[in-house]
Amino acid sequence: MSRQQVQRIGFALLALAAVTVVLPILLVIGNIVVRGLAAINWEFLTTMPKNGMKAGGIFPALVGTLLLTLGTAVVCIPMGVGGAIYLSEYARDTWLTRAVRLAIVNLAGIPSIVYGLFGLGLFVLFLQFGTSILAGSLTLAIMTLPVIISTSEEALRAVPMEFRTVSFSLGGTRWQGIRNIVLPQALPGIITGIILGLLRAAGETAPILFTVAAFYLPRLPRSPFDQTMALPYHLYVISTQVPGMPKHIQYGTALVLLAVVLSMNIVATLIRSYFRRRRQW
Amino acid sequence: MSGEMVLNPKIRIENVSYAYNGVPALKDITLDVPACAITVFLGPAGGGKTTLLRLINRLNDLVENTQMTGRILLDGQDIYAPEVDVPSLRRRVGMVFALPLPLPGTIRENVLYGPKLAGIKERTRLEEILVRSLQQAALWDEVKDRLDDPANRLSGGQQQRLCIARSLALEPEVLLLDEPTSGLDPISTAKVEESLYQLKRSYTIVLVPHSVQQAARVADYAAFFLIGELVEHQPGKALFTAPRDKRTEDYITGRFG
Repeated sequence: MSRQQVQRIGFALLALAAVTVVLPILLVIGNIVVRGLAAINWEFLTTMPKNGMKAGGIFPALVGTLLLTLGTAVVCIPMGVGGAIYLSEYARDTWLTRAVRLAIVNLAGIPSIVYGLFGLGLFVLFLQFGTSILAGSLTLAIMTLPVIISTSEEALRAVPMEFRTVSFSLGGTRWQGIRNIVLPQALPGIITGIILGLLRAAGETAPILFTVAAFYLPRLPRSPFDQTMALPYHLYVISTQVPGMPKHIQYGTALVLLAVVLSMNIVATLIRSYFRRRRQW
Repeated sequence: MSGEMVLNPKIRIENVSYAYNGVPALKDITLDVPACAITVFLGPAGGGKTTLLRLINRLNDLVENTQMTGRILLDGQDIYAPEVDVPSLRRRVGMVFALPLPLPGTIRENVLYGPKLAGIKERTRLEEILVRSLQQAALWDEVKDRLDDPANRLSGGQQQRLCIARSLALEPEVLLLDEPTSGLDPISTAKVEESLYQLKRSYTIVLVPHSVQQAARVADYAAFFLIGELVEHQPGKALFTAPRDKRTEDYITGRFG
């Protein structure tokens, strides 16, 4: 075999590997869209499930997922961004900050079901929040925190050191430099990290399984201490726990969950590319 | 060797030694910087010029693991005394860096960054500062019609004069310049030097020049540094025409660089 032939075979294999990555995504999305689109209408999105979930809509699950995502955001955005600012701008390299970084890396590697059990133990039982939106949001927030901290820290570190030095040289305090120069420049990266983190939280089932998710609760939650249905768990329930479930409702639910997550992803991409074009360094 | 002493110097550097991680960068430097004149710190790379410059406005506070002995006095006051407010010190002692470093934002935002942080809010006052600083840095005529353009759209020479204007906006008493023309073409360099001549009437200027020729052109006083030591400090004319030390002579005549 000539070298050219070997090269051609090599390229073909690499191209195959690349295409193989795209294929499952297209198949999953295509499959769900084709089979689920029939179920989607205004009524499906805005009415309560009926008749043991075999009819009616997914309104409480949709609202529940949005509320949980919001609750997660309220907790983990200030903590995550604050922690990242501390690590990137203030902390010196000591055993303590090294331990914190190690903890963040490890936190990101913990399986989500472990977060679920941890949330059950700490928030639901020990702190007596009960099975509630509060407990679920806090559990999801802990899971999301490492993503937000590490992406935000990376975005902050990408801002050239010289900007900070210039700000100092003009009589700025460290915080003034961060607020006026560093943070605005890092914001697109931080926002992208936040959205990607929340998107993962919105789609997770295991962490909410024991902490908030209701099997069947055809009404909206009344307070943060109330249970709620949520899309990922609802999908799990109607796919495996309810005999004789109409297929189009299952696929319709999957499509809505997919749409929520993908639209957040697209927003993150748009924000990133918008700011990248305006970046001044 | 100690430097030329002046009566009532603007800056007095007294027996300053400085080390990074135990590696000495400055060895027992004593030197007076007179007001309303240009003092140049010259010498080959690694001599400690930039370090000394950054000690004068405490920018080296940002570097960890350093050791300093000796004192630096500004108008007779020790700038490393515990009661000194570092941001206000840096407003009195401005700094221009080797590369033009405009902040993200417009020309106007760059010039007014310092004054706004200092708490100046009044619009007319800010407008005055903007015009005065840009005029002093010899940039006004070139940018007066596009003050709200992004600063990084200016040419390199214009950016560096913008950085000078940005420092001048704080009305500092001292202006430290660390090879401010090293990235500039000869025409831009001439413009920057021209504005330094204008500025020395009211400001104390310390310049690390980017060449011996530049040092000879602008120096009222010149200090020659070699590997952390102050070899010689004299009025500029004397140093460049009749250096006292053989090493100074070798350097200014180009025998080593």
